[in-house]
Amino acid sequence: MTAFAQHFVFEFKTGLRNPNQLLLNYLFPLGFYALMGLVMTQINPGFAETMVPAMVVFAIMASTILGLPSPLVESREAGIFRSYKINGVPALSILTIPMVTTIFHVLITSAIIVLTGPALFKGIAPIHWGAFALVALVTAFACGAFGALIGVISASSQATVLWSQLIFLPSMLIGGLMLPLSLLPKAIRPFSALLPTAHAMQAFMGLAYDQTTTLNPIVSLGVLLASGVLAFGLAIYLFNWDSRNQARRGHPLMALLALAPFVVSIFLQS
Amino acid sequence: MNETILSVQDFRKVYGDFVAVDGIRFQVQRGEIFGLLGPNGAGKTSTLECLEGIRRPDGGALRILSVAPDREPRKLRNLIGVQLQTSGLPANMRVDEAMRFFCAYHGVAPRYDLLERLGLKEKQRSQFRELSTGQQRRLALALAAAHRPPVLILDEPTAGLDVNSRTELHTLMQELRDAGTSILLATHDMAEAEKMADRVAILLRGKIVATGSPRELTATGSGLTKVSVRTDQSVLHHNGAAFPGVQQHLIKEDYVIYYSTDPGPTVTALLDYLAVHNDKLVDLRVERPSLEERFLEITNTGGA
Repeated sequence: MTAFAQHFVFEFKTGLRNPNQLLLNYLFPLGFYALMGLVMTQINPGFAETMVPAMVVFAIMASTILGLPSPLVESREAGIFRSYKINGVPALSILTIPMVTTIFHVLITSAIIVLTGPALFKGIAPIHWGAFALVALVTAFACGAFGALIGVISASSQATVLWSQLIFLPSMLIGGLMLPLSLLPKAIRPFSALLPTAHAMQAFMGLAYDQTTTLNPIVSLGVLLASGVLAFGLAIYLFNWDSRNQARRGHPLMALLALAPFVVSIFLQS
Repeated sequence: MNETILSVQDFRKVYGDFVAVDGIRFQVQRGEIFGLLGPNGAGKTSTLECLEGIRRPDGGALRILSVAPDREPRKLRNLIGVQLQTSGLPANMRVDEAMRFFCAYHGVAPRYDLLERLGLKEKQRSQFRELSTGQQRRLALALAAAHRPPVLILDEPTAGLDVNSRTELHTLMQELRDAGTSILLATHDMAEAEKMADRVAILLRGKIVATGSPRELTATGSGLTKVSVRTDQSVLHHNGAAFPGVQQHLIKEDYVIYYSTDPGPTVTALLDYLAVHNDKLVDLRVERPSLEERFLEITNTGGA
């Protein structure tokens, strides 16, 4: 097996072996999905229409934004990246492999949700399965890139929680997961457009379900892709093997540049 | 036979206004164990990190088999094996996975024989976090040596090990040295340095203040030999007798310890004195100064 394959297999297994990652990859999103399926569909029958994509986006957020950054910070602080550098593990692999394996876990969780949602909770299956898979993949890539970027810029595990929650909590409240964007107050909508979940939900509903959307779903998909590429590029640029290394290539606040496509989308769609 | 494998010339490392390493130079030959000694903050870690390619030097030239660590990292990685002081492995990585993982990045077949040799065969399926400190350090050495690098850099390799593990590790280091591997050994353990190193350098405040073989270093100190005596009736404790060559003495528990410039006449006179005073010798030890004592002498005098 090649070095990349060895690394990939190890990181994939870590997603199952590490209790925190197992929780965020599978137990938390699937538990939340079951809870929402049982309770929310009873309280709000309209929720069934968006339940499948909303729970897929939730699973993506849990695995990537909440789950991906901390192991990166912990590895850096424990000197694991120093050891990797000495032994020739490229920085690109250190960031890419955990991101890709997390996307694999997310795709498994998403498959469980999309295949069981209609049967268990009367959720709506996608009309266009290919578009659904594409949007899920692009969303997972964008959120994975943001997770990697948070891991790179955070000075400690506590800081990852802060940065992650800055994205996760607003996404839950105004990101279109629990309530469609069209039902949000107009003053709030520009802020929603700064969140990956809002664009993911618009892309899912517009492209995979043929629904009318508040934002242009093609533009939303483009915004997700562009921000993902930008976030991943910044993560590579700002990557630091060792927190004691004082020669940083850029200030951590440069990471905010990854939000540029979301800001542009507000003007494009206004 | 002498072939320089690792060379440090006028090496300097600065952090802001703080000069961590100030123009040091030393060389390590093929098949040599070279000890780098010094108190905390002396500049050992900065030196090792620049040799490992983790940091850039601010002056001077570092070469490992003609390769500059900061400029040619790809070439460097197969020339050196590094056992870091910290674990350097993910907590949930299994022992056999670690061997496959690092060997794959070095492009060599996994060295399960090294795991067996270092008593880790039964632990191959255990995760790193499940290993004892000794097992973790043995694994780190196995991984450092797995790709058969010509240079091994070991940072406190036996810290926290029990006697058996320590002996096993020392034996392996000697075997590697005999097979032609050069070993740069950074340690606080003077007994280890004295036992293992062919030559040592003592670093103090970023400068090398002494270098040579442990025997040479101990010989260049005050030159006093320690003569420790314990007798049945402790007559030496009570009588302030003077013996030839003795510069100073002290009483430590049951022993009287003499520091002598000429231990032969000192011991002869001591035995005569005990015979005259009808006291019986219980224990007599004659020891040259240890590397640790020489190290303390050097560091306490600031390298003067």
